[in-house]
Amino acid sequence: MTDLNSLTVADARDALRKGETTAVELTEACLSAIDAAGALNAFVHHTPDMARDMAQAADARIKSGDATALTGIPLGIKDVFCVKGVPSQAASRILQGFRPEYESTVTQNLWNAGAVMLGKLNQDEFAMGSANESSCYGPAVNPWKVDDRQLTPGGSSGGSAAAVAADLCLAATGTDTGGSIRQPAAFTGIVGLKPTYGRVSRWGVIAYASSLDQAGPMTKTVRDAAIMLGAMASVDPQDSTSADVAVPDYESLLTGDIRGKRIGIPREYRVEGMPPEIDALWHKGAEMLRDAGAEIVDISLPHTKYALPAYYVIAPAEASSNLARYDGVRYGHRAKLGQGDGITEMYEKTRAEGFGLEVQRRVMIGTYVLSAGFYDAYYNRARKVRALIKRDFENAFAQGIDAILAPTTPTAAFGIGAMDSSDPVQMYLNDVFTVTLNLAGLPGIAVPVGLDKQGLPLGLQMFGKPFEEGELLNHALVLERAAGFVAKPDRWW
Amino acid sequence: MSITEDQARKVAHLARIAVDDAALPALARELNGILHFMEQLNEVDVTGVEPMTGVTPMRLKRREDVVTTGEMADRILSNAPDAREGFFAVPKVVE
Repeated sequence: MTDLNSLTVADARDALRKGETTAVELTEACLSAIDAAGALNAFVHHTPDMARDMAQAADARIKSGDATALTGIPLGIKDVFCVKGVPSQAASRILQGFRPEYESTVTQNLWNAGAVMLGKLNQDEFAMGSANESSCYGPAVNPWKVDDRQLTPGGSSGGSAAAVAADLCLAATGTDTGGSIRQPAAFTGIVGLKPTYGRVSRWGVIAYASSLDQAGPMTKTVRDAAIMLGAMASVDPQDSTSADVAVPDYESLLTGDIRGKRIGIPREYRVEGMPPEIDALWHKGAEMLRDAGAEIVDISLPHTKYALPAYYVIAPAEASSNLARYDGVRYGHRAKLGQGDGITEMYEKTRAEGFGLEVQRRVMIGTYVLSAGFYDAYYNRARKVRALIKRDFENAFAQGIDAILAPTTPTAAFGIGAMDSSDPVQMYLNDVFTVTLNLAGLPGIAVPVGLDKQGLPLGLQMFGKPFEEGELLNHALVLERAAGFVAKPDRWW
Repeated sequence: MSITEDQARKVAHLARIAVDDAALPALARELNGILHFMEQLNEVDVTGVEPMTGVTPMRLKRREDVVTTGEMADRILSNAPDAREGFFAVPKVVE
């Protein structure tokens, strides 16, 4: 039998139901794998006692015949989710020592389903970054490696991606504000789903940009993403933007039949300087869907080019407002004050010490674009462009397009520190294929499709219609089956 | 538009982030680079377009205006860097 920690959620569920293994055994296998994987820096807060208690409770529940698909399944949780009594600091020094007195809705839903908490996962500070390098815990490391360089697992959900790819957990939670689930999924050869805005509650998820943030699953397979989403999603009175849409049984919607569906190929995603390998992969993906009976249609999303600058106005603006709460008064870090320092010095020193450079940069950009005299020129203009970006997608769907196929990232994983010398804008370009979806609030899924010539995973993503995650997952399943991506990183850690 | 060192100092103060004077030139340069990138947005014709506030076409939820929770001062204060006698404590605000 394969190592228990390398099972998919679906296979583990089936094995648990048949009595072939126990939640305790699964959990111990993951805890051992985590202990041996310190070099990946994926898990940053370990909760083995909690995991063992929850696993025992899960085994009792399975015996009593009251199990859900996630009962006894060991998961990793991105640090950005508040878990009661467990350090939850969104990888920021400013939340050092913070132990929430409450539970995020997503994690509560998972625990209610019987899932097991293994610990908290590394990420970029406040989910701001594309390489997991802006973390107070230091960078997470990609389990994929082709030479002596250490590669980034992507960001911001880099710890989640590394942990799933290295079989440290069966699945993990992530959040996606501009691509933070899909880009790391692509860099590590796993599946990452960003649901429709409003599908998954934001309650208890430490906020970055509230009109863009959405939590979702990071898994080994599309089926696992369907199972995880079903448990994470809910209609939540605690989140005023949670949509009143019933949560379907996503797994039952996985038929593998997409005959007659129309798949859009947006011409604006063929960007200058895109490596030929990515372009070839994209063609291959379209062929796979055509072979499965779908119709491939060229479409235009004319405002795509403006998504990135619009995002880098809107997200920092919302961040500057959301992060105003970190003032050294109510929780987390407070700077040591000098003689005669008043409350303003306390705020300014606390935030200078507590926030990393990228967070400071975004808070200041956000402050600037919202300040008197610039609000219309930057913020309002960006919000208008956002409306046009959303309209592009609406037009495509109105013309009978069922899903859209695009590359997930412009490159495969790059070396840790490779972006250090470049300016922030170069780093932001990593998000070129992913931010459009957040601006439009649509669901999207990254699926591993192949390896590049160095042997690193490359992914494609599919976009779906609002609240049609079931259909989107079904399209992704077809892509996954046709691609037959089974490669795993060689263990070096 | 371009940010001067003085404006960078002002933005840092508005954001309540202490920045050394020596770091201001680099900060201004960086902010300028980002703002320059954003200026692409000026190419877009946005005449007659309403700025988007939320992506889902739904009315903000409402509820009865009643107290739904409370009586948990201890839990609220439990993470404070400095809490005394049921209050958050801060440096002197008023002379």
